[in-house]
Amino acid sequence: MDNKRIVITGLGVVAPNGTNVSDFKNAIRSGTSGIQFIDELNQLKFSCQIAGKPIYRKDYLNDYFNSVQLKGLNASGLEYGVIAGLDAWKDAGLAITDKTEDPLWDAGIIFGTGVLGVDKFREAIYKVDEGNVRRLGSTSVIQTMASGISAFLGGMIGCGNVTTTNSSACSTGTEAILMAYDRIMSGKAEIILAGSTSDSGPYVWGGFDAMRILPYKYNENPTAASRPMSATASGFVPGSGAGALVVESLENAQKRGAKIYAEILGGHVNSGGQRSGGSMTAPNSLAVKECIKQAVINSGIHVNDVDVINGHLTATTKDTIEIQNWSEALGRKGKDFPYINSLKSMVGHCLAASGSIESVATVLQLKEDFVFGNINCEDLHPEIEAIVARERIPTKTLSKHVNIAVKASFGFGDVNACIIFKKYS
Amino acid sequence: MTKEELLSKLKTIIEPYVQNQEEFQHLSEDTNFIDDLEINSANLVDVILDVEDEFGIEIDNDGMDKMLTVKASIQVIQDKLVAK
Repeated sequence: MDNKRIVITGLGVVAPNGTNVSDFKNAIRSGTSGIQFIDELNQLKFSCQIAGKPIYRKDYLNDYFNSVQLKGLNASGLEYGVIAGLDAWKDAGLAITDKTEDPLWDAGIIFGTGVLGVDKFREAIYKVDEGNVRRLGSTSVIQTMASGISAFLGGMIGCGNVTTTNSSACSTGTEAILMAYDRIMSGKAEIILAGSTSDSGPYVWGGFDAMRILPYKYNENPTAASRPMSATASGFVPGSGAGALVVESLENAQKRGAKIYAEILGGHVNSGGQRSGGSMTAPNSLAVKECIKQAVINSGIHVNDVDVINGHLTATTKDTIEIQNWSEALGRKGKDFPYINSLKSMVGHCLAASGSIESVATVLQLKEDFVFGNINCEDLHPEIEAIVARERIPTKTLSKHVNIAVKASFGFGDVNACIIFKKYS
Repeated sequence: MTKEELLSKLKTIIEPYVQNQEEFQHLSEDTNFIDDLEINSANLVDVILDVEDEFGIEIDNDGMDKMLTVKASIQVIQDKLVAK
């Protein structure tokens, strides 16, 4: 049991700068932003009228949904999650069971979201308020229940193990991967399709606009708006999309001759309890550091083994505190600090989907030996530069041997999740 | 509208929900939506909404309860069309 190993055997992604793994990889290597002006937000008088939104033709959905599933489909997060999830499953070389066969007892789904099918829910609210509840049809419930995403994926594939949806704000995706890891480690499953998704649109992003934590001076210059670690960072750009990873026991992966992207050495989730500076919206630094430390300990590595950090780093004033926390947790600073990057510079903050999309980016770096550059970070924040040497925060993609990469996500509710990935050997 | 025209429209509506294509090829008045065509029972309400849109009628709860076979559905639709 103790020498059991868990690996990643499939990837899928639907991101604002690439709606499949190949396009996404090219985009993050070249520093291509997926942030765009959204006229609908302008019409609705949002302060921040830009966002990260995956772009694809509607008929692309025909490859993933059948005609009945497509009828009345109005849930963007469900679209993103199903595309990313099925892509990951196929990428892992796994089959979809026939309707007449038994379900795959050893395969499950843990696919998180914050809220699902907001546009569908709006449609339903209008009908209900008009006294027309009978016109909702059968699609309203399945597209708006949070677990709709895991239910759709589980049914499409034919999974017979756990099929659930986790939710922990912006740490959802990272948490889902760790839940999959734990389940397989405990011997209760062999394969889990893990990931997370987040709807796009004004009803998801509006609440953040109202909190005045989004940048409002970049409506004419969208690709420059998301500026993690920059001295001119002025808030996070809202994003959307989905990321998916097939998490599998090494034994099972080897048995079926699967290609292996990376190994998960371990990780940790915790909460700051909204104490000691932590609140509903701000992390307790003590808990953040503890989460990172525990992840390192239970992965059996040394802090000096970490080559690359993919931070949470949203482009708010909290970035400096996050860097400070990483530095203290790992006991590393200056030129000794690991390379660090934030995918949010290119795709914005994809909320519940951020952890899974960013984990896909992290795993790609390990597999292909590169550290993607941070865009919009030429003017590094002086307080960050006092902790981390400039060269450790690349603005252009570097070709580097990467052996160990850490991904962490921190969410509203003062919740944290941290995973240690290792190059498979 | 003749009964043939009505049946033809009804077939077009139910086709996407049908899971037993063989039975669908041999559709008759006695064909049962759930037992023969294996339409998911949750989708029956969608069939009824599509029927409402196609024929410009509103089907009440009693009508919905009856619409389990081709024959009963045609009867319900014809009655509503007459009452229109």
